[in-house]
Amino acid sequence: MTTFLGLPAPPHGTGHLRGDEPFPVAARRALADSQLRHNLANATRTIRAKRARVVAELPDWEALREAGQAIKADAMAHLDSYLEQLEANITLRGGTVHWARDAGEACQIVTGLVRDTGASEVVKVKSLVTDEIGLNDALAAAGVTAVETDLAELIVQLGHDRPSHILVPAIHRNRAEIREIFLREMAGVDPELTDQPAALAEAARLYLRRRFLSARVGISGVNFAIAETGTLCVVESEGNGRMCLTLPPTLITVMGIEKILPRWQDLSVFLQLLPRSSTGERMNPYTSMWTGVTPGDGPQEFHLVLLDNGRTAALADPVGRQALHCIRCSACLNVCPVYERTGGHAYGSVYPGPIGAVLSPQLTGIEENASLPYASSLCGACYEACPVKIDIPSILVHLRGRHVETAREHRKVPSAEAITMAAASWTMAAPARFTAAQRAGSLGRMLASGGRLRRLPPPLAAWTRARDAPAPPAQTFRQWWRREHGDTR
Amino acid sequence: MSTREDILATIRAAASAGPAGNGDDAGRSAGGHGYRTSSGRARAALPGLLAERLSDYRAIVRRAKPDELPDEVNAALTRRGARRIAVPPGLELPGLTEDVEVVAADGLAPDALDALDGVVTGAAVAIAETGTIVLDGAPGQGTRAVTLVPDYHLCIVRSDQIVHMVPEAVARLAPCANHPLTWISGPSATSDIELNRVEGVHGPRTLEVIIVSASAEPPVPGAGQSPTG
Repeated sequence: MTTFLGLPAPPHGTGHLRGDEPFPVAARRALADSQLRHNLANATRTIRAKRARVVAELPDWEALREAGQAIKADAMAHLDSYLEQLEANITLRGGTVHWARDAGEACQIVTGLVRDTGASEVVKVKSLVTDEIGLNDALAAAGVTAVETDLAELIVQLGHDRPSHILVPAIHRNRAEIREIFLREMAGVDPELTDQPAALAEAARLYLRRRFLSARVGISGVNFAIAETGTLCVVESEGNGRMCLTLPPTLITVMGIEKILPRWQDLSVFLQLLPRSSTGERMNPYTSMWTGVTPGDGPQEFHLVLLDNGRTAALADPVGRQALHCIRCSACLNVCPVYERTGGHAYGSVYPGPIGAVLSPQLTGIEENASLPYASSLCGACYEACPVKIDIPSILVHLRGRHVETAREHRKVPSAEAITMAAASWTMAAPARFTAAQRAGSLGRMLASGGRLRRLPPPLAAWTRARDAPAPPAQTFRQWWRREHGDTR
Repeated sequence: MSTREDILATIRAAASAGPAGNGDDAGRSAGGHGYRTSSGRARAALPGLLAERLSDYRAIVRRAKPDELPDEVNAALTRRGARRIAVPPGLELPGLTEDVEVVAADGLAPDALDALDGVVTGAAVAIAETGTIVLDGAPGQGTRAVTLVPDYHLCIVRSDQIVHMVPEAVARLAPCANHPLTWISGPSATSDIELNRVEGVHGPRTLEVIIVSASAEPPVPGAGQSPTG
């Protein structure tokens, strides 16, 4: 790692941001699971249609996207002063603000705070950032049970599973599978439980109700934090968020530093962009906002943990930084042809799909998630769907470039790709060599069937492992030109 | 160096390595981005739109003129079979039926709130376009727990509290930015199982809204009864 001008090098993130195996290996296994592919296709198709309907209702949707992009760019450019402003406002209102460099520090802070209350159980609002830092495992190690209260997170937790989608973490499970999990894992569940969604939701309500009413500590993430006012905002649907944010005497909120919005008025933009992009609703059922502690209403002890965990490393990349603009709506997952087929687990990180492919490698350092920037066909659907106009395809290409650079620095023997590129450069540098190569290439037609080449020889074999190559044309452009126009050079 | 100072220094170094950003305040004033901050929608049309959008999300909606409000409240509580309800300080309910016992709920423990049949409140702001009601904890609206734990929430919205769009509500709520705010769009719901929407999870499973306006508008189709499907 290089440090220049005496500036501190941004540290990389730790926690659930990388898988045990590269994307192509995990994706191959996911593709073989036909139930998974069926569930995913069904779910993403449904939610795409809902989103399209409510986005079309707003005549100023494009202006809102532009505004969202500009506000986030401003927030990132002045992140330090906005965070200090947020801290001052929350402290003024009776809250305590903590700072954590990485997952380990954040878990240590939260675990210590929970231990101080003497509670042995905490209720949790669905939160990606607490998944990212592996908080539940850290709490368990300290003897504290973390109860996930979002229905999908509960399904994942009871199924000893991992979330596979940002918005609907149990999207890979169908109703029959969920019923099986509840019957097996939910103490006191009605053995006659059916697989109707309403019955399954009712089972979750009964299971969690006592836990909500007696909870001593709530733990949440945050969707937006307003620097100007110190207001924190959590959007949700089920009311589990309201329960966790309201009933326990102590509330601990973990926030990635990029969640900040400069001004109160910015909510005008984001409370329109987020629900319509995320669940495809005009507004989500519940949104809670609070600042520090309100005497006589809700938790009387409030802690905010501000987390870096690789975000400053992303901030330092002028191209990659816009990945920090993400508001976690998951619209890019639902339109992605790759995600639709592989699901979220293949990405190995709590941030799956196109945004995960650009965010996770930046948080961990590119060499630790090197396969993710290639987990895309660069079709651009994610850019079109993104409510804050993150140019995901451009970041993917940029990160591929960074990966090649990093690999070259670390490798003594050139890669197959580097050899191929060098050969191409030599061939294309002289017209005679290029013409000869094209003529040789057209011989490849003999190997093709239906206009496609299913398998290229090494070192090009990697290209055709996941796709066909088009058969070379019978004549080159130059041959065609000469036939049509004569040799007029 | 403390962790805080360390992180802030890292942020400063990282931010300076990047593009300047749109840090200048030019164009950041209200409406500077070209999105709508208000609409020309006639105020008289807003109660009807709010009723329609609330019904879309399976809230029960009734319309009443001011002098009809007591009867509407009593009728709603009777239909619900609510005997013990919370009414927050500051909400006047003249003519409330004696069949109903009113409990002073602010400060009650969650278990005691759970034993109530429902809660009646006012509201701070309502957004017609999205079918949203905002509570800001002011008198007449109760604490957050009071409108959360009981399974039935009856909310009274006056026509002058209704705005058309989200930006108008955000502007109105600016002085309340530090109040505990709850934005409610229909009863609690989940779509976590195969993306099938199920109303009624942890929050109140029934949300009923009485919209009070002086004008005699035609009733909203389908309003006034429990929606089906």
